[in-house]
Formats: sequence, structure tokens, C-alpha cells
Amino acid sequence: MSTTTLPDGAAPEAPVRRLGAWYVAEYRLRAMKAYGWTIVVGGLGSPLLYLLGLGMGLATFIDTPVASGPHGPVDYVVFVAPALLVTAAISVATEEFTYVIMEGFRWRKLFWGVNATPVEPSQLAGGIVIAVLVRMLFTTVAYAVLALAFGALGHPWTVLVLPFVGILGGLAFGLPLMAYSAGLTEDKGQFAIVQRFIFTPMFLFSGTFYPLSTLPGWLHWIGWVSPLWHATQLGRVISYGESEPGWLIAVHVVVLVGLIVGGWLAVRRRFTRRLRA
Amino acid sequence: MVAARGLTKRFGDFVAVDGIDFEVAPGESFGLLGPNGAGKSTTMRMVGAVSARSGGDLTVLGLDPDDHGPRIRAQLGVVPQEDNLDGELTARGNLVTYGRYFGIPRSVCAQRATELLEFAQLSERADAKVDELSGGMKRRLTIARALVNEPRLLMLDEPTTGLDPQARHILWDRLFRLKEQGTTLVVTTHFMDEAEQLCERLVVVDHGQIMAEGSPAELIRRYSSREVAELRFGTDRNEAAARVLAEVGDRLEILPDRVLVYASDGEAILEQVAARGLRPTTSLVRRSSLEDVFLRLTGRSLIE
Amino acid sequence: MSDVLAPGRSGGVSALYAGNARAVVARNLAATKTSNWTVVLSGFFEPVFYLFAMGVGLGTYVGDVTLPSGLHVEYAAYIAPGLLAVSAMNGAVYDSTWNVFFKMRFARLYEAMLATSLGPLDVAFGEISYALLRGAVYATGFLTVMQVMGLNLSWTAVLALPAVVLVAFGFASFGMAITSLMKTFQQMDWINIVLLPMFLLSATFFPISVYPAPLQWLIQAMPLWHAVELVRGLTTGDLPPSTWWHVVYFVAMIGIGLTVTTRRLRALFLA
Repeated sequence: MSTTTLPDGAAPEAPVRRLGAWYVAEYRLRAMKAYGWTIVVGGLGSPLLYLLGLGMGLATFIDTPVASGPHGPVDYVVFVAPALLVTAAISVATEEFTYVIMEGFRWRKLFWGVNATPVEPSQLAGGIVIAVLVRMLFTTVAYAVLALAFGALGHPWTVLVLPFVGILGGLAFGLPLMAYSAGLTEDKGQFAIVQRFIFTPMFLFSGTFYPLSTLPGWLHWIGWVSPLWHATQLGRVISYGESEPGWLIAVHVVVLVGLIVGGWLAVRRRFTRRLRA
Repeated sequence: MVAARGLTKRFGDFVAVDGIDFEVAPGESFGLLGPNGAGKSTTMRMVGAVSARSGGDLTVLGLDPDDHGPRIRAQLGVVPQEDNLDGELTARGNLVTYGRYFGIPRSVCAQRATELLEFAQLSERADAKVDELSGGMKRRLTIARALVNEPRLLMLDEPTTGLDPQARHILWDRLFRLKEQGTTLVVTTHFMDEAEQLCERLVVVDHGQIMAEGSPAELIRRYSSREVAELRFGTDRNEAAARVLAEVGDRLEILPDRVLVYASDGEAILEQVAARGLRPTTSLVRRSSLEDVFLRLTGRSLIE
Repeated sequence: MSDVLAPGRSGGVSALYAGNARAVVARNLAATKTSNWTVVLSGFFEPVFYLFAMGVGLGTYVGDVTLPSGLHVEYAAYIAPGLLAVSAMNGAVYDSTWNVFFKMRFARLYEAMLATSLGPLDVAFGEISYALLRGAVYATGFLTVMQVMGLNLSWTAVLALPAVVLVAFGFASFGMAITSLMKTFQQMDWINIVLLPMFLLSATFFPISVYPAPLQWLIQAMPLWHAVELVRGLTTGDLPPSTWWHVVYFVAMIGIGLTVTTRRLRALFLA
């Protein structure tokens, strides 16, 4: 390869200032290729199984309708599909924003290598997020398309919107998690705890399989603090017109956007502090 | 203790160890000296009864490792090239647990652990987790661990690679004490000074074959001169200078960065060099070492 | 050992086994002591969370489930044994795959163990025993929760504990055989991909009668279905003679798993 030699002999740094995050995203996406097949198979297989298993299988045993839209009760699969889609996006986030971060800072110290180049810490963090967004988009689009095929969407056109609701939920959970991971200096099983004491209860108790109101009142707070619940409810409103008061829809949006913005600011601060300490 | 005859190890088409013969006598400290990839570690693994040979005969402590792996290993202490301490346990926990792998009663393990921590100068760090220890401490703990079963034969694979000079000297001191107590040692190394410090007798290995055998002093006497003059003329000028020096000394070695002139009197060589009008940028005279033996035998230096 | 009966170059089992698997179990117990207790406890909580969310919450919409024998049971009593079997599978598979893989390739723990008088079989048995011990502790906890919630419908529920250990043994020995064939972390990801369909389809959450016949046969060939049916039969007391086939299935799985593991360990560690 030939490069233009600058007058002072330095490598050009201007494009890095503009595109640094994209270079990092490119590298991350290449790294994902190592487990690309599991992303594809998991991304297509898990919606297929969940929709088949829960939506079709379990639904036949449900005696009482679980939810209804403006035109009366909706199928169980229509009710769970938005929740499953958001969960898939959040699963991508828990995979990509935990061990990958720990690997970069500590195990393989890849981030320190990047840090020795003109790429800024915030660009590094941004590049990682961009790459994860790409993966999330693949997962949520696959989910939405399969849900459409299963007749699990209230309106067919929502196939275009639901992936973005999923990404909203994925980032609202993922960015604060990424900030947390970036602050860890040692693996003492924290990620296993996040998985089992945060992700799993959130998945199970966020109105995923039945409306939040089914649970006893003292468990409702889990839904209220859960990005999964807020994104799922948005998805349900969009998909089949679940009746949700306007103020509550506004709360969903505010909570999700708030977590994303707050999470991103924390990520940037932690990356900069750690890499430029 | 160990007897190998025509010992061979193949991985597919690659011959890692190519029919080597050697014996290790009780109480001896025996070295395998050679560059990385010479087949030293593979030989160690076969002697350690964790790798089946592809051909030849091998007995360790009078037994065939193919048939009596557990019985042989029960009497060996193994220090691998890279530490493989148990990161989830403390320093003491490592020693006790390792002793249990040999089926030694827990109370005996506990007592030996205390003694060995003392020996490894780690008594104060007994309850520290492995990750909190420095490189030199981990190495000493690995050696202490290898002694927990009071082995008849201690095998050390590159014992001081990666350690700083001070940590190396502490370690050599500990190993020297073991030697004095009569423990049989088998050491691999690619460091000359280490081989000279630790080994009474050694074989020089390259490409899976034995090139020479003897004590360090014998080998130097046989394959090198008493002294060496190292001359540096600058990267592109060594060859030209060497042509002028062809008649000087007993033997010449031209390396990319310097010219070595072997002779019994190094200072005299420097005078002859000056007399021929050559002015090396740096020059020094030193005693011949095993490095020179290796260079003579293989035409290559040990650390590349 | 007799000099007359010189064994062949393969060395027999004596080259692989020193009869000291308990030292490996003791090592794992010592490591557990120093590990993060929240993580240890989480293995117990996961199925309990599922039981509350699905059994109790979703149960309000599902109502009773009819077992093949015609017995009606409430939904929580239906899925609780399924969750117990699933958690036995997950625990055993994790311990025999990811955990073993990590210790083998990264922590290089087995390299250290095998330099002692331990043989590969001591390590394999030790790891499996520890996994079963842990599985039994979790299962006891979960069965206690079931008892408190009134979900054990028959005295035979006591036998669910040995049944869970059998199930875990089957998955652990099979998992170890698979791990011994794996080379990279990416290959390990496939294990999760195989587990998910078993989890979702194997009658854990609802009877497989909803599926078309060919899919039912496929599910019935999978180990988790046998595990779920066996454990559910014991906790509900609905035990047709065909229950024995589930036991036979797992005994065969253990046999195959251990045979493959032994062969592979010989190839991996004594080659």
C-alpha cells in the first residue's frame, strides 16, 4: 500500500478525528465474524423457537385471554411477540457489553492497543456501540420478519417500526451496563450475577408473558425500573394498539431515552477516565 | 533415574524429538540446552509420563511411562515452562491441594505446605491469592508445589525464563540448595548462564537431536577456545572486516551484528586487529561460554 | 504390578486412573469456598424465579393441565418438575462444558493435575462428581420450595432427588465427551444453540401433544424430554411402567458419554 507522505512525515490524523469511531466499529464487526454463525443461527433460531414454543404451543393452553386491543382480545403470540423482540435486543446487549468490555480492558488489553493510536476513548466506545447496533439491528429485524410470518404482529406495517423499539430497549439496558463493565477491574463473577439476578428476573417479571398487573403489587416496581417493560409496552401499543394512557406512553419514551443518554455519558466518562488516567 | 534410547516423538509428519539417547544418574543435575523449538519440552513431557513416545525406549525410575504413568508421576516434581498455578486458591491452598492429588494425607500436606512456603520465602504471602503474587513469587511457588510429594526427580522446564535478574538469582539459590540435598534435577534452558549455574552435565539439543554431551567446562574446552574477542564494525561492515581478519585467531564467526574471534588470548587478538588497521566501534574480550559451543555446533545462536 | 503380565503399550485403565477422584472434588470445594457466594447461590434462585413467574403468574391464565394418564394438575405443579429437570441439565452441562473447557484451555489446571499421580479419569470423575454434588444441593433446595408450595403431589417426590442426579450424570458425562472434542470458544457457543430448543420444546412448559407427530418423535429422542417426564412422574405420582425407559435412556447416555470421554482423554493427554 502506498501512503502520501505529509510534509512533516507524520501519518495523516485528520480522518481519524472524523472517522475514528467507524474504524473501531469496523474492527469490532470483523471480530464478530469469529462467532458470526452463532449470531446468525441464534438470531434466526431463537425467535423461531420462542414464537413456536410460547406463541403457538403454550398459547393453546391459555384459557383466559391475556390482552386485548381496540378490536377485542388478541392472540397470545401477538401479545408476547414485542416482548420477545425487545428481550432479544437486550440479550445482544448483555453479551456484547460485558465480556467484550472486560476482554478489551483487562484480559486481552485490546483497548490499550487502540488507545496508543489517534483514536479517542470516546470514539473507541462509540465504535463498539455502533458495531453492537448493527448486530442488534440484524437480530431485531429477523425477529420482526419472523413475527410477521407467524402472524404475530397486529398490523403488518409495524414490521418496519418494531426493530427500532427493540434497539431502544437494547440500548437503554445496554449502555448503563457497558458503563458498569468499563468500571470493573477484576472479574469476580459480576457478569454472572448481572445475568441471573438482573437479566433473568427482568425477563420474567416485566410483563413479558402476561400483563404486569397480574403480579402482586409489591413486584410491580420491577416493571417500572425495567427498560424491557417500557420498550415492550411501546411495542405493544404500536403492534396491536394496546390501550395505554398518553402520559404513560410519554413515560416509556422518557425512561428509555433517559437511560440511553445517561448511559452513554457514563460510558464516555468511564472510558476516558480509565484510558487517560 | 532416567534412561532414553532412540527416544522419538512425531506429531504427524513433524519429528519433534529425533531418536535421542541419554541417561540421568541419581543425585545428578542434568541439563537439556537448546533454542526454542529444539524438542526440549516434548522430551520433558515424555519423561514426565504425560506424553506417549512414538518410538524408542524410555524408562523413568525403572518403569515404562506408557504403562505406569501414575506410579512414575507420583515420584516426580514437575515445574512447567509456564506457571499453571490454581488461580482460585491461595498460595497455601495450592500446595495443600496439589499434595492431595498425590493422595498424601491432609495433615501431612498442611505441614509440608508450611515448610515449603518457608523454603520458597513466601510464608508472609501464604494466604494471598495467586494473582496477587509477582512473577518471581509465582515461580517459587510452582517450584515449592513440585516438591510437595518429596519427589525423587525434579524436572524444571525453563525455570527462570521471563524473570528479572534478581528473581533469577533467588531462584537459582533455592535450586542449588535442593541439589546440595541430593535431589536429582533435570533442567531445560536456553540460557547459557543458567546451564552453567545449575547443570553438572548437559546435552546440547537442536532440531530434536543431541549435538554434544558433557559438563559445561568440558563442552567449552572441546568446542571453543578459552577466550573470545567480540568486535562490532557496524551493520554493513562486519563481512568486509572479517575478510581482513581471516588469518587471526583460531576461528571466526560472523554474525549480523558482530564478528567473534576465538583464541586463547583475547587481548592479543585486539592488538592484531589494530595492527591490520581496523577500528571496531566497540570491542570486548570475554571467556568462552556455552553460547559459543552452541554457535560452533549449529551455526546459529541460541536466542534468535 | 506383575512383571509377567506386562501390559501392552496402551497401558490399560491403570495409566488413566489412580483412584483419587476425591482430590479433584476437594479442590473444587476449596475453590468454591473462596469464590463469589452470590454466584453460587444464583444457581438455586434461577429455577425459583421461573417457577414464580411462569407457574404462579402465567398459571392464572393457563388453569389445570391434563397428564397423559388423565390426572389434572395445576399449572405450577406441572412446570415445577420440568424446571427442576431443566436446571439439572443446565448445571450439569455448564459444569462439564464451559467450566471444563476453561480449566483445560485457559487456566491449564488439568495440565497441573496430570503432572501428579492423577490420571485423566480421576480428573473426569472428580469434575463430574462435583457437578453432581452441586446439582443435588440445588435440587434439594428446589424440592423444598416445591414442598412448601404444595407442588409435590406424591410421596414418590422423594425419589426425584436421585432421579435428578441420574439426569445430571447423563448430561455431565455427555457434555464432557463433547467438550473433549471442542477446540475453540466459538464451537462452544453451539452447545447453547442445542440447549435452547430442548428447553423450549421438551414439555417443560406444556405437553408436546400440541405438536405434529414427527416433531413429537424428534422431541422424544432428546434427553431433556426423558428427564422432564421422569421427574414429573415422580413429583406428581403419575408413574406408568414406561417410566423405566427414561431411566434406561440415561443409563445409556452415561455409558456412551464415559466411553467417549475416556477415549478422548487418552488421545488428548497421553498422546
